[in-house]
Amino acid sequence: MAENYILECSGISKAFGGTQALKDVELHVRAGEVLALLGENGAGKSTLMKAVIGLHQPDSGTMTFEGKPYSAHSPVDAMKAGIAMIHQELNPEPYLTIAESIFLNREDTNGLILNKKKTNQRAQEILDRFDFPYPATTPMSRLSLAQMQMIEIIRAVSCDARLIIMDEPTSSLDSEETEHLFATIRDLKSKGVAIIYISHRMEEIFEICDSVAVFRDGTYVGSRSMDGVTREELITMMVGRTVSNVFPKVEVPIGDVVFKAENLCGDGFENISFEVHAGEMLGLTGLVGSGRSETMRAIFGLDKLKSGRMWLNGEEIRIKNPTDAIDKGICMVNEDRKNYGLCLFRSIRENISLPNLRKKQKGLLLNQKKEKEDCTSMAKLLTVKAGSIEHNAYSLSGGNQQKVVLAKWAMADPKLLILDEPTRGVDVGAKSEIHTLMCEFARQGKAIILISSELPEVMGMSDRLLIYHEGRLAGEVSRAEILKGEATQETILAKEFGQ
Amino acid sequence: MGNKSNDKILGIDRETFRNFMGKYGVSVVMVIMIIAIALYKPVFLKPANIINVITQISINAMLAFGMCLCITIGGIDLTVGAQIALVSVISAKCIVEFGMPIILGAIIGIAVATVFGALNGFLIARFNMFPFVVTLSMQLVIRGAAQVISGGKAITVGNDVKNIYYGKFLGVAIPIWLTIIVFVIMYIMFHWTKLGRYILAVGGNAHAAVASGIKEFNIRLICHTISGFLAGIGAIIMLAKTGSGQSNLGVGYETDAVAAAVIGGTSFAGGIATMPGVMIGIFIIGFIYNGINMIGINANWQSIIRGLVIIGTVMLDSAINGKSRK
Repeated sequence: MAENYILECSGISKAFGGTQALKDVELHVRAGEVLALLGENGAGKSTLMKAVIGLHQPDSGTMTFEGKPYSAHSPVDAMKAGIAMIHQELNPEPYLTIAESIFLNREDTNGLILNKKKTNQRAQEILDRFDFPYPATTPMSRLSLAQMQMIEIIRAVSCDARLIIMDEPTSSLDSEETEHLFATIRDLKSKGVAIIYISHRMEEIFEICDSVAVFRDGTYVGSRSMDGVTREELITMMVGRTVSNVFPKVEVPIGDVVFKAENLCGDGFENISFEVHAGEMLGLTGLVGSGRSETMRAIFGLDKLKSGRMWLNGEEIRIKNPTDAIDKGICMVNEDRKNYGLCLFRSIRENISLPNLRKKQKGLLLNQKKEKEDCTSMAKLLTVKAGSIEHNAYSLSGGNQQKVVLAKWAMADPKLLILDEPTRGVDVGAKSEIHTLMCEFARQGKAIILISSELPEVMGMSDRLLIYHEGRLAGEVSRAEILKGEATQETILAKEFGQ
Repeated sequence: MGNKSNDKILGIDRETFRNFMGKYGVSVVMVIMIIAIALYKPVFLKPANIINVITQISINAMLAFGMCLCITIGGIDLTVGAQIALVSVISAKCIVEFGMPIILGAIIGIAVATVFGALNGFLIARFNMFPFVVTLSMQLVIRGAAQVISGGKAITVGNDVKNIYYGKFLGVAIPIWLTIIVFVIMYIMFHWTKLGRYILAVGGNAHAAVASGIKEFNIRLICHTISGFLAGIGAIIMLAKTGSGQSNLGVGYETDAVAAAVIGGTSFAGGIATMPGVMIGIFIIGFIYNGINMIGINANWQSIIRGLVIIGTVMLDSAINGKSRK
């Protein structure tokens, strides 16, 4: 057993359905250190942290905390043991006061009656220690995001947490608030509290962390002390693999401009301009929250576009809602299949024909025979594996559900097809089938926009790649550059990180 | 998720079994019910009694078809009972006090109910308010309007109006004709047109429906408008049956309408319903009323028995269908 590790995890594995999210992962955290967790989207950082605080149960592996075997079945267990997590998305109870929020579930009582005075007093003492600018009786809804986060940290400390996990804590803070957070982290560190710090921001990791653990594709790559490690070294560790030719990319002649966007602005993105040609697959890459999906949702009419102009086949278009988009020939496979892709409790047939009834069925009554034929042949074409197209979409595997979504848009025969994470939560076999389908769509002369958090996927499939960084376009890479090796995962990832 | 379709029930593929029971599960319950009552009181099966039941269920049928639409899109319409009161008062007043022809009086009444239904839908869809709250409050407004208009007095109508309920056309009672016509129209609308498909999609997953180009606002508005319109027709039947327009008619009628819809397989989670199912639900409610009377159970106990039978039916249904109803 090594020197004063506060948390040790070894051999942790976790699978979700067919996807191996963690493979034999280890992690060592020393008391009083700030350890950065680094890795691409989906590298397994969050899954591991959720396993530590008991939101997931690992399939195998052991954990020790402060030298004793440790396991948690819920965040409450973890908190009791002394581990707390500050989530990226805070879920405060807006109607509680600060004091009630800090002591939620641990209220002072006289018998059955709450002793508010005592709770407020105790809360105030802790708040004073942290120089918090509001009294303990302030409602949570009055606080800024940064202050709510601080309350979460204070709550963790008040529960005597010796290990605090922070998931992207600075993602919604400005620089001053970030400085304040860092001061708090240093203060906690000096008191011997260990901190696991998850962030995509390289500068912050270099500023605040003592060491770094790198993850890739659900595996643990290694740890380094922050002294002497370079950014390049870390990025190489995160990428590791080479882009192999596992993608069934078929290059087709690229035609005229189909869709053109100029200076699109909206929530989470600014001044986005680009063109997509017929038969072209345009990849969008960037970290989660960098604005890629937000831009596409706005183009499709799901979210509001603040400003900017769009042209389809040379004609300027305005899109107020998805109905407009679909009518004009823009379709989108949403990254959130369960909420935006399918009516899970309706049949495959109904799901496929849903957006197509308006165009395909002219009469007052549905031609159910035609509908059935159309859907059956489309499901067959896209190799949806189901006993019957009358079965609920719910009964299908993730990959087959996604093929149903693709089938419904394939039937709509769009000019521009937006695919947001089309292979998320899909097993390897179906993934490759979906890639083949994408190439077929391109061959038909559709313009395709592909978003993926998996860098190899966008690099392997795209004819051109746009790189997002914090809501803006930070670079463009052509397929030729990728094939020649002039653009590598390292250089692209560096741009995603804003280097 | 996963390979649920590999499971077998009674040697039948689970999905197939589920689809079958989803379609025919309540019919089985109805048949069992008919047999049970008939064994106890054979008179129950006499054509006269059956026709009597079908005539009586016509009012609830109008309300339940509309209710089914509102529940399918994930809402509810609690105004239907009050709509009966308001329409009966308005139509009775038009016919009796203003001397309008029956048909005109009825149309005005039904139009008012339709407008209120549309108003419900507008408030729900435009301001994203909870259907329960909107229709619960609107129900007070509607019944209040009935009280104001009638001045709290019953407005008695003549035999010509009563003929709508007691009269016959081609040997069949008019309410039965109305039930058949409305059922057929609702069946075609719900199962054979795009509108029906869109209603099911909005109820099943409003986000996905919108992302498929469906205008959620229109669908919600249409469903509540139809519910109001059908409540108006139900109200005219009710007016003819009781022979007077009163502000206290139709109290609690929304309960039977909800019960019929739910027994008929309409899921409160939204997006799952069939019109034949609701029709059977309407029959089951009718048989409960009629059966209780036939068997001679004390009137004081009827409400309890109705409640228990409804819970039992729905429980049985969800036990059979399990997760498919969420």
